[in-house]
Amino acid sequence: MIGPDLPALIPFIYLAFAVLIPLAGLWKRELSYGLAVLGTGLASAFSLAGFINYLSGGETIRYLFGGWQPPIGIEFVYDGLAAFVILVINTVAFLVLIHSRHIATAEFPHKKIAYYSVTMLLMLGFNGMVLTGDLFNLYVFLEISSLSSYALIAIGEKRAAYSAFRYLIIGTVGGSLYLLGVGFLYTVTGTLNIIDMHEMLPQVLGNSAVITALVLMVIGIGIKAALFPLHGWLPDSYTFASSSSSALIAPIGTKVAAYVLLRVLLFLFGAEIINADLPITEIIGVLAGIGILFGSVMAIAQSELKKMLAYSSVSQIGYIIMGISLANPFGFIGAVLHILNHALMKACLFLVAGNLRLKEGHSNILEFDDSYRKKYPWTMAAFTTAALSMVGLPPLAGFFSKWYLALGTIDNSNWFLLAIILISSLLNAVYFFRIIEKIYLKNPAKENESTGTDIPRDEVKPSMLYPMAIMALALIAVGILNVYIVSAITTMFPAGF
Amino acid sequence: MEISYIPLFAVLVSLAAVPFILLSGKKPNLREFWTVLAGVVKFLLVLSLLPGALEGKVVELTLFEIAPNLPLKLSVDTFGVFFALIASGLWIFTSFYSIGYMRGHGEKKQTRYYASFAICLSSTIGIAFSGNLLTFLIFYEMLTIATYPLVIHNESKEAISAGRKYLAYTLTAGLLLIAALGVTYSITGTLDFKAGGIFGDVELTKTMAVTLFMLFLGGVGVKAGIMPLHSWLPSAMAAPTPVSALLHAVAVVKSGVFAIIRVVGFVFGPDVMANFGLNEILMVIAGITIIVASLLAFNQDNLKRRLAYSTVGHLSYIVLGAAMLTPLGLTGSIMHIATHATMKITLFFCAGAIYVNLHKQNISSLNGIAKVMPWTMAAFTIGSLGLAGVPPINGFVSKWYLASGALQGDMIVPVLILIISGFLNIGYFFPIIHRAYFKKGGEELSKYGEASPFMVVPLMGTAVLSVIFGMFPDLFFHFFDMATSIASSVFNPQ
Amino acid sequence: MLDFFMGHYAYWFTIIILAIGLYGMLMKRNLVKKVIGLSIFQAGVILFFVSIASKHGASVPVKDAALPVSDVANYMNALPHTLMLTAIVVGVATLGVAFALLVAIYNRYHTLDEQELLEKIQ
Repeated sequence: MIGPDLPALIPFIYLAFAVLIPLAGLWKRELSYGLAVLGTGLASAFSLAGFINYLSGGETIRYLFGGWQPPIGIEFVYDGLAAFVILVINTVAFLVLIHSRHIATAEFPHKKIAYYSVTMLLMLGFNGMVLTGDLFNLYVFLEISSLSSYALIAIGEKRAAYSAFRYLIIGTVGGSLYLLGVGFLYTVTGTLNIIDMHEMLPQVLGNSAVITALVLMVIGIGIKAALFPLHGWLPDSYTFASSSSSALIAPIGTKVAAYVLLRVLLFLFGAEIINADLPITEIIGVLAGIGILFGSVMAIAQSELKKMLAYSSVSQIGYIIMGISLANPFGFIGAVLHILNHALMKACLFLVAGNLRLKEGHSNILEFDDSYRKKYPWTMAAFTTAALSMVGLPPLAGFFSKWYLALGTIDNSNWFLLAIILISSLLNAVYFFRIIEKIYLKNPAKENESTGTDIPRDEVKPSMLYPMAIMALALIAVGILNVYIVSAITTMFPAGF
Repeated sequence: MEISYIPLFAVLVSLAAVPFILLSGKKPNLREFWTVLAGVVKFLLVLSLLPGALEGKVVELTLFEIAPNLPLKLSVDTFGVFFALIASGLWIFTSFYSIGYMRGHGEKKQTRYYASFAICLSSTIGIAFSGNLLTFLIFYEMLTIATYPLVIHNESKEAISAGRKYLAYTLTAGLLLIAALGVTYSITGTLDFKAGGIFGDVELTKTMAVTLFMLFLGGVGVKAGIMPLHSWLPSAMAAPTPVSALLHAVAVVKSGVFAIIRVVGFVFGPDVMANFGLNEILMVIAGITIIVASLLAFNQDNLKRRLAYSTVGHLSYIVLGAAMLTPLGLTGSIMHIATHATMKITLFFCAGAIYVNLHKQNISSLNGIAKVMPWTMAAFTIGSLGLAGVPPINGFVSKWYLASGALQGDMIVPVLILIISGFLNIGYFFPIIHRAYFKKGGEELSKYGEASPFMVVPLMGTAVLSVIFGMFPDLFFHFFDMATSIASSVFNPQ
Repeated sequence: MLDFFMGHYAYWFTIIILAIGLYGMLMKRNLVKKVIGLSIFQAGVILFFVSIASKHGASVPVKDAALPVSDVANYMNALPHTLMLTAIVVGVATLGVAFALLVAIYNRYHTLDEQELLEKIQ
């Protein structure tokens, strides 16, 4: 069933739809939404098939472009980890795009065609980044996804264009630094293929070019992943972008960057080489830890739901990067599981923010009250589920990534990071329970006796409700069934674990 | 070991009642019928596990692995049945009492109340039957969340701030517990409860053992109300009285002490405890808590808050008994879980009945109420005498064994603490009884009568139970036999 | 010491160009000048790649009948050059997006001065 062409097929679907959508849009504008959903749907179906194939004992598929053998040719490497991440990002994108219909009509009715076409390019970039086995090719896909995300972020509120511009400047610098790092590695190894280079690196160990390259690449990818203190672009971008854009980019974008960091650190270099000259993993771990606390504290200070979620992303991405920096099996499991969990949680929460913006016209936390619960019972239930999962209450999904991360820190006897995981869970609880308390308990009628009438139910449309509900249910399912996912992840370990 | 699905059903039955309760929100009678039905079924299911537990059999049910090598496991040992029996049995009383209280008081959002209550009970039974620490943690956190809506039930400012305080304490505790579990798992590779402890073969350093124990204590100590982690409990008295009665005198706080005994007897084990002096830490904390809480109880004019401080003190009796590390002490400690439950629930029921009937919640305004509410005050007297340790009420039995346990371990201080605390108990309960019986009440009392039978019958019931179990501790449920066999299993593990 | 500097002069040039680009992005208030800085920064990276491809006494990587391909010392490394063709394309696309954003910003706020812009946004 699964052909050897699968790795190329999935990005190709996006490429084809990116062209198809403007063409079909010439004929009928409304088609763009359907085509975008169809495209992501197809891609997620193929990713699912590929992942099932991997689970049932499938080998790593290495797709060689033009038939050129690596290291001369470019290849796509569809191994377990890539299959898993591809599945996560495509499925989340599928659900988010289903949800986007009414938001697109309300927020940017005349830009639909462009919007959906660019989302396809964005997903092309992300899929390419995950799949490629070539460092320069990775840069190209990185830029494709980045350019698309600048465009998507610019579609939004008044301030969106300026925050997109800032992101563009910072993001391009990040990309360039990454490229510079690749250049240094190329000078010492003469190859760009990740697998090939991994075999050569031990021979050039101690060369100052390697350590320079490593630092440059970590900074470059760190900017994309919003690793503290390189996160400055993120909060504004996510806040002022259209609800659909932020729901698409927030759960996926930084995750893919974190995945690239994981590839570079653990698959390309490997824990021993990274730490040969400088304790890079420890530095990254400490930065991630500070980022976790910083993001959580800033999230508490926000009164705008989307901005709060954006800062929460800074903190959550810290978990993933912390897991990578632990460079042990539990840390790896925690990081990869958190890629899934956080994608689901953050997408679900951003969809809730989108629903509120559409219905109420704002998402200002201070104005939340218990009429929301009456008007949107299911939206609020989904929010509560995702929030509890973010806090890390068992048996929801969020608990288990924290559990494995905690085990990872204990394995390394890294009590500092263990304390950070615990403290940050508490901070998460503060900013989420603050909202939960408002939507279930704050009763304006009590303070102001005049409005005592019953508030009718006014739930969002099914196309917005179901994607969100599926994610909330998935959080429960992933939590309870996480052992199956984890046992799959244990087959994805990089060499040396 | 045998496999049975009864424990699972026992856990799930009240959870299964939740949809029915929610769906019949518009028909109060039907809704409350579901609650009572779930309570009775749950109690019978737990009861059916009793004969096996008395023979020392362990019923296990491994559901599925929730993390590699860490299954979601229910394992019903004697201790589990003991605790589950108390919680589910008293839930039936509380269900009836709730009907009287909530209707008598005209509370809003009763559907949410009954639904949360049912989830709480599921979690409590889950805690009782947890076969390993991870399963325990899951139910423990579930209990935290399910109790929250009950604490903030009346949605006043006071209740909301009590809710915040409650969450702050319990969620922090949950995190410490996660850390403790992680460390335990990485040291021992298992999280199963085992009579006599799981650290048997592991070399521990003193620092490690003390740190780990403090993490555990921080984790479960909040619900057990040990000082200085107790202060959420008096604030949580903002909840409706049935909640205070069942959850804050029985289910939630007893989960805390249940967990402490689990940690002492089934995770660390008496040997490790003694080797590293962990029992001394625990004993000092418990002793201080007992005395200080009893003294603080004097200060409270609000009846429920006084009862809450009394609860804090009595929970530490149980902790103290566990810390003695003697079989008799542990027996007394386990017995006190049962005896304090029946007595304190009686007292809370009384406080609620007085509140609903007379709208009085301050002790200073209780003058002469024994004339209008003779049954309630009779029950209250039984309960408070029992807590002070007067025979033949069951509080005496557990105190007797606690004291014997201390002497068995050649310890005098715990005995002194118990005696002093007994006097303090009399000291803070006597004024209430004195006012009720001997002071003359105001004129307005004459227009009131006894509270609704929905409340009076349950509170009399629990009071009578206290007396019966005081005279015949082994009647019906063999509580005493169970306590002895749990204690001997901890000290003489197979 | 001098040898160290002279021996790596291509690197120093790269670093200087990167620094100029970074200066433009950070210090200039005008958004267009920031984009110019960005472009210079990218050019620095491109020049770096081109410089690492060079060899002493080698020709440009265009096939010449006089120089046999079998001897790799005859030609510069072609790969970095081709990579940089792609990077230049990426750079152009980035400039395109950047200028599109600037147009949008200008249409909304009628200024491209960062200070004024921030004041208008507040």
